[in-house]
Amino acid sequence: MPRLTADRRHTVRFTLNGRAVEGEAEPRLLLVDFLRHVLGATGTHVGCEHGVCGACTIQIDGDPARACIMLAVQADGADIRTVEGLAPAPDRLSVLQDCFREFHGLQCGFCTPGILMSLDAFLRAQPDATEPEIRTMLSGHLCRCTGYVPIMAAALAARDRLKANPDA
Amino acid sequence: MDTESPQAPWLGRSIPRTEDAALLTGRGRYFDDQAVPTNTLHAAILRSPHGHASITAVDTGKAAALAGVTAVLTGADIQALTTSLVVGVKAPIQCWPIATDRVRYVGEPVAIVVAKDRYIAEDALDLIEVTYAPLPAVIDPKAALEPDAPILHPGLNGNLASDRSFRYGDPETAFATAAHTISIETTYPRNACTPIETYGVLAEYDPGTDAYDVMANFQGPFSIHAVIARALKVPGNRLRLKTPAESGGSFGVKQGVFPYIVLIAAAAKVANCPVKWVEDRLEHLAASACATNRVTTLKAAVTNAGKILALDWDQIEDCGAHLRAPEPATLYRMHGNMTGAYDIRHLAIRNRVVLTNKMPTGLNRGFGGPQIYFPLERLIQRIAKHLSLDPLDVIRRNLIQTFPYRTVSGALLDSGDYGTSLAKALDQGGHAELLKRRDQARSEGRFYGIGYAAVVEPSVSNMGYITAVLTPAERAKAGPKNGAQATATISLDPVGAVSVHVSSVPQGQGHRTVLSQVVADVFGLRPGDIRVVTDLDTAKDAWSIASGNYASRFAPAVAGTTHLAATRLRDKLARIAAAQLNIPAEDTIFANGKIHARSNPDNAVSFSRIAAASHWAPGTLPAGVDQAIRETVFWTPPELTAPNEADEVNSSLCHGFIFDICAVEVDRVTGELQFDRYVTMHDCGRVLHPGMVAGQITGGFAHAFGAATLEEHSYGDDGSFQAGTLADYLIPTAMEVPEPIILHHETLSPFTPLGSKGVGEGNCMSTPVCIANAVADALGLTDITLPILPSRLTEHLHPPERTPIRHVKTGERTLFGEGSTTVDAPREKIWAMLLDPAELAAIIPGAHSIEKTSETAFRAQVTLGIGPVKGTYRAAIDLSDLRPPESVTLTGSATGALGFGQGSGRVTLTEVTPGRTTIAYQYEAEIGGKIASIGGRLLDGAARMIIGQFFAALAARAVGARKGLWWAPTTAKVTTVGATIARATAVNVTTVMARLVRATPRRTGAAKGGPDKPGHDGVGDVVQEKPGILARLLRRLLGTK
Ligand code: FES
Ligand code: FES
Repeated sequence: MPRLTADRRHTVRFTLNGRAVEGEAEPRLLLVDFLRHVLGATGTHVGCEHGVCGACTIQIDGDPARACIMLAVQADGADIRTVEGLAPAPDRLSVLQDCFREFHGLQCGFCTPGILMSLDAFLRAQPDATEPEIRTMLSGHLCRCTGYVPIMAAALAARDRLKANPDA
Repeated sequence: MDTESPQAPWLGRSIPRTEDAALLTGRGRYFDDQAVPTNTLHAAILRSPHGHASITAVDTGKAAALAGVTAVLTGADIQALTTSLVVGVKAPIQCWPIATDRVRYVGEPVAIVVAKDRYIAEDALDLIEVTYAPLPAVIDPKAALEPDAPILHPGLNGNLASDRSFRYGDPETAFATAAHTISIETTYPRNACTPIETYGVLAEYDPGTDAYDVMANFQGPFSIHAVIARALKVPGNRLRLKTPAESGGSFGVKQGVFPYIVLIAAAAKVANCPVKWVEDRLEHLAASACATNRVTTLKAAVTNAGKILALDWDQIEDCGAHLRAPEPATLYRMHGNMTGAYDIRHLAIRNRVVLTNKMPTGLNRGFGGPQIYFPLERLIQRIAKHLSLDPLDVIRRNLIQTFPYRTVSGALLDSGDYGTSLAKALDQGGHAELLKRRDQARSEGRFYGIGYAAVVEPSVSNMGYITAVLTPAERAKAGPKNGAQATATISLDPVGAVSVHVSSVPQGQGHRTVLSQVVADVFGLRPGDIRVVTDLDTAKDAWSIASGNYASRFAPAVAGTTHLAATRLRDKLARIAAAQLNIPAEDTIFANGKIHARSNPDNAVSFSRIAAASHWAPGTLPAGVDQAIRETVFWTPPELTAPNEADEVNSSLCHGFIFDICAVEVDRVTGELQFDRYVTMHDCGRVLHPGMVAGQITGGFAHAFGAATLEEHSYGDDGSFQAGTLADYLIPTAMEVPEPIILHHETLSPFTPLGSKGVGEGNCMSTPVCIANAVADALGLTDITLPILPSRLTEHLHPPERTPIRHVKTGERTLFGEGSTTVDAPREKIWAMLLDPAELAAIIPGAHSIEKTSETAFRAQVTLGIGPVKGTYRAAIDLSDLRPPESVTLTGSATGALGFGQGSGRVTLTEVTPGRTTIAYQYEAEIGGKIASIGGRLLDGAARMIIGQFFAALAARAVGARKGLWWAPTTAKVTTVGATIARATAVNVTTVMARLVRATPRRTGAAKGGPDKPGHDGVGDVVQEKPGILARLLRRLLGTK
């Protein structure tokens, strides 16, 4: 990593949902603020800024990570995926997103992008995940609206559908 | 799912939500996603670290001079620009949204910085120097009523803001003649619904017209619009208040953004630019709005058979540091419902409102319900126990039988069939089987209990109920207040497409979807044809003081009003169509996008053609039809009358019924609650969208579950706030919340257009007490306090093995420690070092810029990092009680932007052998401010480390050179009595461990490579290895072997 100067802006470049992006960031700028306010990708949300709620979860090189406890400069050169990159086309939802809609896995939708990013990576890594495994994974996310019941239902349905049709 | 058939009514079906496609793809437009004017500046707020203190000086010079800072406002500036917020009781108190001469709770705003960006604004906060003179704080509502209690508002002559007594029927005679008087005293804790999106305000001021333009994720009620406009000293039409399209949850809490609207609007006026502020999580937890805590003494006059003749309530409501609008509404929202689901004809109530050094309270899901049902339904269990009856028999014997039913304090219960609902719940909930399981468990010596709760859930608040806090004479003077205007506007455009606007301000409840169903049914269209807009702009939209999303008013009031508006427009369209089809208007049918004759479906015209007619050919409209372009309906139910002379109040329009059953086992070793089953039976009138109703119930249940088992806004006796992160304020996750079995028994409300009632708040009323009843049944407890932490159960599970080191109250934030170490240096040498400030400065961790103020005192700057929080503190240290060369007392205090602390320690030197000395120490320290709020779990470890470093350095210097890490603080023992022990041992250990692991910043992992790998982060291990690991942990935390 290049040497950074505290009060100077540095150019940060990475791939965001398959497209090369760049912007200027002070070393202290949080990655989530960079995504939202520098790049305008506001789909990733901020709920706590201390790594507990999971609303800011994105994928970095395929793995979920909290964008609120990471600096923008740390993401230089990474391959980043956010909720904006989940749907196969602007007018179509992914299997996971569709299950959330069908099972009412969201109400206000504020926690949802983070949950989708975690689940997307998790179900890819563990297509046979059991109910307790999914539940344990979901415990890294806080949702205040749903009581988790419909989220679990959506996640299980997505697991089954993805298993039946892995290319969907 | 029959979502596509156009014939069946759309209402009542769980169609996919209109809202979801945008929300699932990151296209939702929440507050912080909105475009802002390019010259927008950003605000940050400096907040009080003290629970109670006078502000003796504020120096904003350095902050104002920082590059990028436009303005710094203090209490004096806000006082000059605004007036105090109105207070809802007749008392000589003011309510400023910022501290003026003193701070009254941790988190109270003290200054506002406006700067180019938020980062710079926060930098500037650190440069503001505030000098406080701490005052004694009062946290406990009963203590606040004591004659010698510290007084928060000198004008008040005490801390009692309101004291009203009510009497209905003849309670005195009932109590005098009843066979039994059975009573209970309960304390209901503070908690909040903590939406995942925090508050946000964007404000702009136009000096040309003296007008404010505000966007905020405010949720209503819009009666608060009048409060804000008044505070800003402008007429209502000079305050344009807009809400964003999406809101990330509210549950009542976002009503509490309004004091910040006043502050940010004033800041925008001073800065002469638009100003934006987004609350952070610590600000939210410390200073948004939580529910009231309440101390209740409830007595019942009861017959031998368990029939309750009278109730006598004594409620002490704790509204925190200020009485902020609409408080004390929490205390009066249930005023008509103080007899619950029971037919009780005699009632006495005393309501007192007190002020304490805690966050001011406001709307939270359940609003006032949890606080009354907790004592009431606990009392039912106690009555059953006292009379050796089955609690179900006590419930049945007292349930209301016929409807509509007027309660003795004035509520008109619209509909219900409580007995059948209860019977169905027992039957379909498998109650008989649960009883068997309880018998079985008990025969094996396990702690298994069953609890019940019967609850009436009010919805659609009467805007006049709060005036019950005034005497009838005061009310007469103020003029009557009543009703609850709901609004709906339906418009038809030139191609006949339908748009709907309501002022309901949803926060995720799917209003747009349900309204599209309501209107599609009326017009014979598909929900997808209807476009619904729910964001509100007070300058352009129809609204009233009752607008907003609270008191579960959507389904009963807003959806009903939309139905009325659609019907009104349809009737006009029917007349236009009838003229074209040559049939009477009564014979038109609206279906499949067409309007046709009842007798001849082929005699038809398209809906859009008729709907567009008023635009294109108004001259052809039949006589009597003015236009069919736009219809706005205002609807207020006639039943919502003002409180009368006798203080009878119909506080709400609709009343749902809930009956809950909870079966729980308490783990013998850990005290953990294992939920076997939770059944919740609801009568919410007509169900408009089953999927969303289920979502409201599971969501409300999860809130209630958190309140019952985990969540508490805890405060130290000094007023320090101790739940400033989501690792301290524990919100339940998917691991903890059980899945409730949801049942329905519908009785339609005769008072609402669609027959529906509210449904979202009921479990917040029924579930906490139902869980408490189950745990009490399991352990045979008479008293039980929320949240039900395992530590609160341990004394019932384990015989006391040893006396605790020191008894302290939950919530106290005090560190105690002791330890010793032996070094190879003569005692005199150590002694000399302890007396030499220069030496001390060298060995105190992080000390720099030393200044000696006397032979035995010095000041220093100390930089300390506790966990992720690093800060600089101004420290003063005094040496006293000197007994050379044996012992000395060190007394110190430290203050910094992150908090403050004070403490003292006694150091004793003993000569082991010549040239070898044992240094022993004991200390006690108190910590407050931000560090106490957010560092709770880290403090004892950090203290141990810092003290360890101190003695390591002392030892190293004493022997002349650093010898690396030879010294190990093996005998050091640090105990954070109070919060950590109480909460950690406490809380469902699974949760704590899981949460601690989750809360551990994943910075290292997140940086690259192995971030946040679910299943690899240890959560699963901890959880699955119970109970072995948990039992060990718990014992360790409890200090037992
Ligand atoms: S915002 Fe990142 S975890 Fe909460
Ligand atoms: S849907 Fe609102 S927080 Fe999860």
